[in-house]
Order: sequence, then C-alpha cells, then structure tokens
Amino acid sequence: MSDQITNILLVGVGGQGILLASEILSETFMLAGFDVKKSEIHGMSQRGGSVVSHVRYGREVFSPIVPEGEGDILFGFELMETCRALPLLKKGGKVVANDLRIPPPSVLMGQETYPDGLADRIRSQFPDLLLVDGQHLAMEAGNPRVANTVLLGAVSKRIDIAETYWLSALEKLVPKKALEVNRKAFMLGRDL
Amino acid sequence: MQEIFSGNEAIARGAHEAGVRVASAYPGTPSTEILENIIQYKEIDASWAPNEKVALEVGIGASFGGGRALVAMKHVGVNVAADPLFTLSYTGVNGGLLLVVADDPEMHSSQNEQDSRNYAKFAKVPMLEPADSRECKEFTRLAFELSERYDTPVMLRSTTRISHGKSIVELKEPVTGLPAPKLVRNAAKLVMLPGNAKVRHPLVEERMAKLSRDGAALPFNRLELRDTRMGVITSGVCYQYVREVLPGASTLKLGMVHPLPHDLIREFAAKVDRLYVVEELDPFIEEQIKAMGIAVTGKEILPICGELTPGRIRKAFGLPSAETSAMEKLPGRPPNMCPGCPHRGVFFALNQLKAYVTGDIGCYTLGFLPPLSAMDTCICMGASIGNATGVVKVVGEEERKKVVAVIGDSTFLHTGINGLMDMVYNNAPATVVILDNRITAMTGRQENPASGFTLMDEPAQRIDFPLLCKALGVKHIRVVNPLDLEETRRVLQEEMERPEPSVIITDKPCVLIKREGVFTKGPVYQVNAEQCTGCRACLKIGCPAIEWQPGEGKKGKAFIDPLLCTGCDVCRQLCKFDAIGRSK
Repeated sequence: MSDQITNILLVGVGGQGILLASEILSETFMLAGFDVKKSEIHGMSQRGGSVVSHVRYGREVFSPIVPEGEGDILFGFELMETCRALPLLKKGGKVVANDLRIPPPSVLMGQETYPDGLADRIRSQFPDLLLVDGQHLAMEAGNPRVANTVLLGAVSKRIDIAETYWLSALEKLVPKKALEVNRKAFMLGRDL
Repeated sequence: MQEIFSGNEAIARGAHEAGVRVASAYPGTPSTEILENIIQYKEIDASWAPNEKVALEVGIGASFGGGRALVAMKHVGVNVAADPLFTLSYTGVNGGLLLVVADDPEMHSSQNEQDSRNYAKFAKVPMLEPADSRECKEFTRLAFELSERYDTPVMLRSTTRISHGKSIVELKEPVTGLPAPKLVRNAAKLVMLPGNAKVRHPLVEERMAKLSRDGAALPFNRLELRDTRMGVITSGVCYQYVREVLPGASTLKLGMVHPLPHDLIREFAAKVDRLYVVEELDPFIEEQIKAMGIAVTGKEILPICGELTPGRIRKAFGLPSAETSAMEKLPGRPPNMCPGCPHRGVFFALNQLKAYVTGDIGCYTLGFLPPLSAMDTCICMGASIGNATGVVKVVGEEERKKVVAVIGDSTFLHTGINGLMDMVYNNAPATVVILDNRITAMTGRQENPASGFTLMDEPAQRIDFPLLCKALGVKHIRVVNPLDLEETRRVLQEEMERPEPSVIITDKPCVLIKREGVFTKGPVYQVNAEQCTGCRACLKIGCPAIEWQPGEGKKGKAFIDPLLCTGCDVCRQLCKFDAIGRSK
C-alpha cells in the first residue's frame, strides 16, 4: 500500500443526504483495509445551507479535512454548490456532478438569477467532468429518492476499490427495505 | 471489532466501556450526539436536563452517590455550569465525573468562539484533549480512572472537527468490578462552608501540582522525535494538521492540556533547535511555556481567530500551498427556516409592526435574515427577556411599545424563566413571545420538559406554559396560532400597546417532528397562474417552497414546489388575488 492519500469532497445543500453518502464511502474504504477520516459540519448549516463533507483514505490519514486545492474527486449533489467547491479541488481533479439546480433564497425571491452554463464553467477548468441526471436514473431504478446512490455508483467507478466492498457498505448502511432499489441505482451509476 | 465513529459516538462508547451509570446534558452543537448515542447503552441512565448547570448538578449527585457520571455540553454551556464546576473542584468526587465540552472554533454553529481550556485552568481541574475518535473513546475511558485516582472532576475538550469528524475505533468490553453505588456520608468534604472549603483549597493546589509532575508518566502526552531542528507542541486536531503539513518535525503531542507537564516540555525544548506551539484560539499553551522562561513561537505567526486548517498552518510557516482554481462569484446559500415553519408568520408580523426584537438562541434566530429581518439583538441562551426589560427601562413610552422578546420553548425553560420572573417582579412593560414548537429544534429535534417525552423516549409530564407564566405573576397571557397571520398580528399589536408585562405563546409544532400525531402535513398549495399578477407579496415570507419564475421583461409569477409545501396556508393569506389555493 502506498503512502498516497485520496481526497474526496461531497458538496450540496443541507437535507440532500450528503452525510449518508459520505458514510457509505468511509465504510467502503475501511472494509477495503484503509485508514479513513471524514469531517463535516452539522447544525445551523443544515437548514438548507451549503454543506461540504470531506472523506480521506490511505495507509495512514492525519487531517480529517482535505487541504485546500488537494481534492482528488469532487462529488457534487447540486450544480451551484459543485461550482462553489472547485477551489478545493487539485488541478486535473475529477468531478462527478448531479445535473440538479436548487435555487437559493435570493433566487427564490427573484433578487438574483440562478447562474447559467455552470456545467461548461466547471468543464473549462476541470475537463474530467461527468454530469449525471441523477433524478432521471433514480426513476429508472424505481424510486426518485435514490439519486444519491446513482451518483455514488458513478463516483465508485473513479475509485480503485473492488465492487464487493461498495456493495457490503451499502448493505450495512442502507435500510433493509430500500436495499434492492439502492443496489440497482448504484449499478446504474457504476455503468455510466 | 472496528467501527467508524464520530468523536461524539466514540465518547458515548467510551462512557459505556468505562461503566458510566448516569449521563446528563443540554443539547448544543457540536456536542449533542454524545447523549443521543449514549442511549443505545441501556445500563446508562441518560437524560436531557433543562440547562447545563442542572446537567452538571445531576452528574455531581450521581458521583457523590458512588456512580460514574458523564456530563456533556457545548462551550458556552460551561458558562452556565460554571457555578457548580468551580466548587466541585474543591469537593472532588466519589464515582468518577467527566465533563465533556465541545468547542466550536470558527463558530460554525455558535455565537462566540471562547476557548474552554481557560475554564480548566480557572476551575483548577485536569483537561484532556483527544485528537481523533480513537482517542475520544480511550481518553473517555481513562478519564474516569484519573478522576477517581486524583479525586477530581475531569474535563475532556473536543472541537467541532473532532466531535463531527469520523475515524476508525477499536471496540473493547466494558470494565467490570466497579463498586456498587451507595450512600456514604462525608460532610466535611462535601459541604462547602468556608471552614470546610479552606481545608479543601490547598488540597486542590497539591492535586494540580501532582498532576503536572505526573504528566510524563500519564498515558496522554507523547513525545515524538523526528528532525530535531524543528519541534512543535500541539494538541487535538491541530496535531493531525501538523503531522500533515510538517511531517518531518518533532512533536510533543499533549493529550492533557491542563495542567501542562512542565518536565516533559523542558525535555522536549532542550532537544529541538526551534520550538513552536500550534494551537487553535487562545495562546493557552504558549503563554504558560513563555512563563516557564522558554522561547517559543506561536501566535506571532498563527491566527487567534477561527479554526486552524492545514492551509492556514502552511501559510503561517511560509510553506507553498497547492494551486487552486479561481473562486466563482455565485449567489450565496444561507440557512433558512423550513417550509411550513411555524416561526415564519410571527417574524413576518413583527417585521410589519416594526418591532424592536430582542432575540434568543434557536432556529428562530434565522428571523434575523431577509426577507423577515425581524431581530435586533441576540446574546446567549435566555437573554432575550432580560434584554427587553433593560431596553424598556431606558427608552421613552412610544418606543417602549416596540420592544418584544422572542424565545423558544426549550430556551425559555433553559434560562428564560428567571428573566420573566424579573420582568414581572420589577414590572417592566414589554411583551414576551414564547415560540412553543414542542421540541428543541435547532440542534436536531431533542425532547425537552415541554415536549412530553424524555431522551429515553418515555412519556413525561409536559410543562403547561400558560400555567407556568400565571404562577410567575404574568397577568396577560395569550395563546395564538402562528399560522394565522391576522390573529398573530392583532394579538401582538394589542399586547405591545399594553403598559404591563405580557406573554404570547405560539402553539404549533415544528414541521420536522416525526412522532406520530404531532405534526401532520396538510394538503399542498398551488398558484393559479391565471390569477397570479406577479405582485410578489407571497415572496415576502421567504418560504423555500415558493419560487419566483421570471417571465418576459419584468413580469413573472410565483410557483409553489409541491414536494416542499407542507400546506401551512401562510402564503395564501398574503395573496390579495386569491391566486393561491389547495391543489385539487
């Protein structure tokens, strides 16, 4: 095992299920035999505010937060939040983003407009962008609420960890009755 | 067995492994999940106290009765619990007692970033500081042995990055063979009359000196020699950052940040060419090392304000940082009250009445943000009522009528009752609004004495707010439905006019309460596009379910997201054109 640390950032809007996704990532890395650390902020920011979760794995991980500009993979649950987090990513980093727009309060109230062309702005700096229609694929899996799992599947393809660990982590952390649809959603994302 | 635990989960597990009998806390970010996780260990009697002072007093009682006790709170909670803490330092313990305090550098969810290490020094109690979840669990376990061996309460300080960070933890079996709790009388040690306290104080000083001398042998502090040109003394999450940013430097990792192990510090200082302290917030370690006559660099290069990060430490040491892409200019995304939140209508009415609102701590502090913009002060838990009393004492009669204190149910029970007692006793003519949403919402829906349930999910006596206010002597008590804008505005106006103390209680549950029969989602609303004139009146409540959809030129219409709408009806009451109605 090399000393290399892999840094993953999960970003989106409070209430989108980012914490569960970051738990599944962490669990997968632990099952695969790595040291893992993760960090995020709860509380006030969860009332619909921006959320950033940091997950790091490797032989030995010290800091629970990803140093600025050293993110390897940015996992975005919402387009504007994905864009906001780009300075955390290293040059040549990978981006997997949900093609979803959640308007912030100023846009809801008509004081500002939701910016156009965000995907192109991301791609111009980070060409390795996979834009996923999470909602659409979640419907295909059988439940509009499993969009995160589709995205997780897409992210998993960019991380060198055997499929079996991902599926074990899903099994451990997803409620039993929702496991089958989540597994299906994960594989849909993985096949993108 | 291995698990990935947050620091808070690990502290709860540590309490279980240490044979803790009683746990008490008041919820507060980032400490809340400690008690929420402790309830899975059925042998521990865990409860929410109405405030941190009561939580510590319950812990002290359990300790005096011979059981191990854990008390948890956020940093500002120690201000409330400070009174019993300082004297507990004199009495010492019977069963081990651990006070866990979670600091919030960077103020992710707090009103200040006070550094709790100062309390350990001030109250003369040892303080441990873990650097990851594994240490959270181990230090919690060891804290009880330390507490009993040195006859002292012990503090364990976490920070947001430790409490809410996750890392791998090895689980162990709980200790066995602890003595069974029973009444043991030792009044000379536990009754702190001056005569007894005078005997205890020198013992406290001896205890702290001994702890400092024993610092090298205790399993908390660790000297790691690498390149000796640079030596860094550090603790908590900062240790992790230092290892990340300065991997070659020698480190003295302090797991006990009070009292400091003077001998170990001297030994380390003698072995390295240049000595640094890397610590968040105050120069707590640095100043004490300087007082020892040792040259050290700390806050000359590192910030006092905010949390440290690998990047900030790199910058302080003049190391190159990774190249980052340019920051995009994007609309901000501040937190917001939930769709259907019963607080929204109250703040809308207060804004319309141009009230001077003394605010308090809770979700409703978001009433400060636009478009509601109806909060003028917010200091600490329970402060709103005393603040209102003070304001009306100094302003003129017309301005007096504008003063309204706004406080949540749990915050009122925490430290608001005394403020109301004073307002009535001293006849201050202000209006108090108690926002009773039947839960402690901001920290993630914890039960409280007015919610009807305990932390262990047992049914409990519910505080009757009108009766309580009546008992305090309030003559004018009104209960309103905050989702009825007209009623809310009318009652507020009437009570603001009244030249006497008065209380308005809003009675609607938090929309996030999952317990059956408390909150029920109504039929959702929709905008009839033909009737909508685009007047934007419904946007003035800032509901996340209502979106402005621009049309041609300046025209546009409102749209209600059916997935977010809870059917609270407030927006319908604002529409003068009957364009908003229930979905068919």
